[in-house]
Order: sequence, then C-alpha cells, then structure tokens
Amino acid sequence: MSDLTKMSAAQLARVIADKQASAVEVAQAHLDRIDAVDERVHAFLHVDREGALAAAARVDAGEVSGPLAGVPVAVKDVIATKGVPTTAASKILEGWRPPYDATLVERLRAAGTVMLGKTNMDEFAMGSSTEYSAYGATNNPWDLGRIPGGSGGGSAAAIAAFEAPLAIGTDTGGSIRQPGAVTGTVGAKPTYGGTSRYGLIAFSSSLDTPGPCARNVEDAALLHAAIAGHDPRDSTSIPQPVPDVVGAARLGATGDLSGVKLGVVKEFAGDGSEPGVLSAFHESLEALVKLGAEIVEVSCPHFQYALPAYYLIAPSEASSNLARFDGVRYGLRVGDDGNRSLEEVMSLTREAGFGPEVKRRIILGTYALSSGYYDAYYGQAQKVRTLITRDFESAFERVDVLVSPTTPFVAFPFGSRTSDPYQMYLADLFTIPTNLYGGPAISVPCGLSEGLPVGFQVMAPTLADDRMYRVAAALESAVGTLTPPAL
Amino acid sequence: MAAISREEVAHLARLSRLAVTEEELDRFAGQLDVILQSVARVGEVAADDIPPTSHSVPLTNVYRDDVPVPCLTQEEALSGAPDAYEGRFRVPRILDEED
Repeated sequence: MSDLTKMSAAQLARVIADKQASAVEVAQAHLDRIDAVDERVHAFLHVDREGALAAAARVDAGEVSGPLAGVPVAVKDVIATKGVPTTAASKILEGWRPPYDATLVERLRAAGTVMLGKTNMDEFAMGSSTEYSAYGATNNPWDLGRIPGGSGGGSAAAIAAFEAPLAIGTDTGGSIRQPGAVTGTVGAKPTYGGTSRYGLIAFSSSLDTPGPCARNVEDAALLHAAIAGHDPRDSTSIPQPVPDVVGAARLGATGDLSGVKLGVVKEFAGDGSEPGVLSAFHESLEALVKLGAEIVEVSCPHFQYALPAYYLIAPSEASSNLARFDGVRYGLRVGDDGNRSLEEVMSLTREAGFGPEVKRRIILGTYALSSGYYDAYYGQAQKVRTLITRDFESAFERVDVLVSPTTPFVAFPFGSRTSDPYQMYLADLFTIPTNLYGGPAISVPCGLSEGLPVGFQVMAPTLADDRMYRVAAALESAVGTLTPPAL
Repeated sequence: MAAISREEVAHLARLSRLAVTEEELDRFAGQLDVILQSVARVGEVAADDIPPTSHSVPLTNVYRDDVPVPCLTQEEALSGAPDAYEGRFRVPRILDEED
C-alpha cells in the first residue's frame, strides 16, 4: 500500500500544494489501491479512471487551488454525476448517465477534488447493510464476512480500506453515521438544508441530507465546508452562512471541553444495545469528562416513537418520489411489445427494476397515505415528529449537545437481519430522531467491541454543526482513530 | 389479527404500479404485517392538539427572480429515455383503440 493512500485529506492537500507529490500521483495511488482491494471490498459500483486523472491533471496545471485541491473523493451512487453512471444501486437505473451534475458535485469539482468513482449502497438508500444493493453487497474491511452498514456502506468501506481519503454520503435515517460507526470511520449528517439536495435522487425529501465521510474529524469538516451552503436550486436550502466547522474541529482537537455540557438521553440507556457498545460509550464519556465536559442526564420521552414515525414518513415520501421511475424518461423499460398499455409496461418495468426492500417501502408508503389510514398513520407520524423536535429543543435549553452510541450493535454478519426487515430497521434506532428534528449529528469512532468498531454519536442543535465537530474532535484526540487489519 | 391482508397488499401493489408475483404477495403480506404492527405505536401518543411537521426548515414559498438561466438541451433531456421519437419521449399506448 502506497504511503499516499495512508495520508489524511489535509495531509494530501499540503503534499500536493508543496509539490512533494503531484495530484496525478495521488490519484493513481488510490486507483492502484482500488485495483488491489476492491474485488474483495466491493465499495465501488463504477471507477472513473479517466475522469479522475484528468481532474488531477487540472490541479497539477494550476487551474484550481484550495484546501482540498487534488484530494480524491468517492461519491455515493445516489448523486447525479454528469456523464458518469448513476444507478442508486438499482436495476431500474442501470447504465443511466445523468445529463447534469448535482450541486455538491459541482462544488467538489470547483474545489479541485478528484472524483474516483461512485460507491455502492442499499438500493435507493433504503437499508442498513448494503445487502439491498442490486449489484451485490459491500464487505466491511474489518471483517469481509460482515456488513459495512448502510445505506452508504460503499462510501464508508472505501475510506476504511484506504481506497479514498474522503467520500460523500447521504443520511435519511442514519445512512452516513451508521456505516461510519461500523467501519471505524467518521460520518457527519449536516443540518437539514445545510447541504443541497439538488441532483440527489430523492428517497425522503424532508429527511435526505448529503454529508461527508472521512477517516478523521478534521477531514470530515473540510469536506463539509466544501459542499455546504445555500443553493437556490433547492427550495429547502437554508439561506444562511455555514458555521465554521473546520475551525471547530481544530479547536476540539486541542482537547479542551471546559464548560461544555453533554446530554445523555435517558430513554436510550441500554435500549437494545450490545454490552460492548455500551461499555465503549461509557468509557468515552469518562474520557470527555477528563477533558472538562459535564455530563447531564436528559429526558426525551418521545424518542421511543421516532422509529415508528420514521417508518411511516420515509416510506410515504418514497412512494411518491419513486413514482418518477415509470420507464418513460430514463432507465429501464420492460414489456413494451407494441400491444401492452402504458400502465402494463409501467407495472412490469417497476416490478423488474425495483428490489424487495424498495417494493416493501413503496407499498407501505402507499398504505400510510391512503384515504382512511392517512390520519392514523402519516398524519399522526407528522405530529409525533413535532413532539420529537420539541424534545430536542427543550434538551438543548439545558445542554450543548446530546450524545449516544451511534448504533446499538457492531457490524453484523451478512444475512442475519434480512429475513425480518424490522430487525434491520433497529440499526437506526439512535440516528433517526435527529433526522426527524433536522439538526446535525456526527459519528466518531470510540473503541472496539470484540474487535469491531463502535461509533459515538454527537447531536447538535439546528445550524450548530460546529458544536458537534468540536466535541467529536475532542473525543478523537483522547481515543485516537481506528485502522482495520491489513486486507 | 393481522394489520394488513394479502388482498390489501395486492390492491396497494396495483395502485403502486408493481406487477408483483404471487410468491412476493405471500412474503410481503407477512413482513408488512410485522412492520405495520410496530409503526402503529405512533397511535399511543396523545397528539390531537399538536401541529404536524412536514419538514424542519422554517421556510415557505421560496421565490427567485424570474431570470432565464441555461437549461438542458432537448437532446440532453432525452439522452436517458428508453425510447424517443422526433424530439419527444415515446410512450406505449395510453388509450384503448375504441377510445
């Protein structure tokens, strides 16, 4: 493995700026690493060798500069990349090449980052293990027989396996943070509306939030800063300045949390968490206290209803969003033999193009939105969402951030949760409340349980993304980063 | 009692334009029943007077100035279409012949 692939994004940017290595050399080192290990990891659905080397050459020619110029990045396959295949890990979009770039991809290009390719995921970002990818699962670099989390397991595995120093994920119910936790990497969900959804293939529009994946907190903050900020093409984009997340990460790395109040949610205590996860979490709390933080127990009585509310709201929005896959404007068309009606062709196309979890959620969402059930399910879930938001707001009157384990269990073996979909949903028990509230949250590695990584979650108030970076960087300074065994 | 029947799942699949198989109907009905019994817990919350939240950003009616900006060409817009004809998306028959 080349030394260049072991470096952080911040180090790589410095090395390239100081001409100790060219951006092309850095890109080639990562492409070589992908060639060496991705057959086993399967983090990528598409590797864009030519595009990466061309982008790197532009940096070497001095056409772009900046804090991430020349740094490679992998992009989750749910994000539109002009001319580069984008499938959302679904058969229904196999071979589709978008005619435009997502806003965040435009920003990544303008920042001089080098896109290596598109990463694997659960189909349409629905899942917690990448087992629902139509193109085969990604394997966790810590143990190739275990899941890398999901839906953004490819992005997390790519950085854990040193195939890329940075990756983009999307977080609807935990799809950045839970893969970060189980692969020993950092994953951050920005404030909803803090990063643009333009060009993101919609799953649940009121929850979907793109964000950074990295091997350390400062790198995550650098990527966050590169993609965040108001976008007039997204009507839910927040027209306010982005908090100084990079400065906050550097402040946190000094290891001083004097006067910072951390709220531990009473209702999460022991709730289905593995003992090894709980002990790593409690040891991390002790480490944070040594850095000057104060621990306060807070009650968020409606958090117990977050998972049920989410599994009504997200499938409802998905059932509407995924109506666009009708075999007319892009993607697959099945059964158009000149005799069948449009409706028959649509039904055959969607039946052939969608996988089982996507179909389950479309059916569930259609049910929750149907007249007669709407008030009891979708409408009630939206009211519960208000109460969960109020729980957060009252907690943040007493504490600066909330903390919890990121996910109740470490990476599980393939196949252990696919037969009962609800068992899979439990992976997101601690990440979902934040999505319903809309605030930012980050997962940072905090130790091992039986040799597998455990993630520590920091949740902050809306638009206070800097706070979570400060606390996460402080914890990282105390417990260090994690590196998987050699592949 | 099951929260959802096999017949209801078949009806919802039709509404969703999914030509599901008999085997899928059997499997989905059982799985959706488990999921629905779990999510129905939202009904335990007393929330009659609580306003619903549709999304977390306190913005409504976002407007921009009506300034023309470049957009996709017709060719680009049609580039991913399964079938196109004379600059348009071609679709299968929509009306019955006697219509």
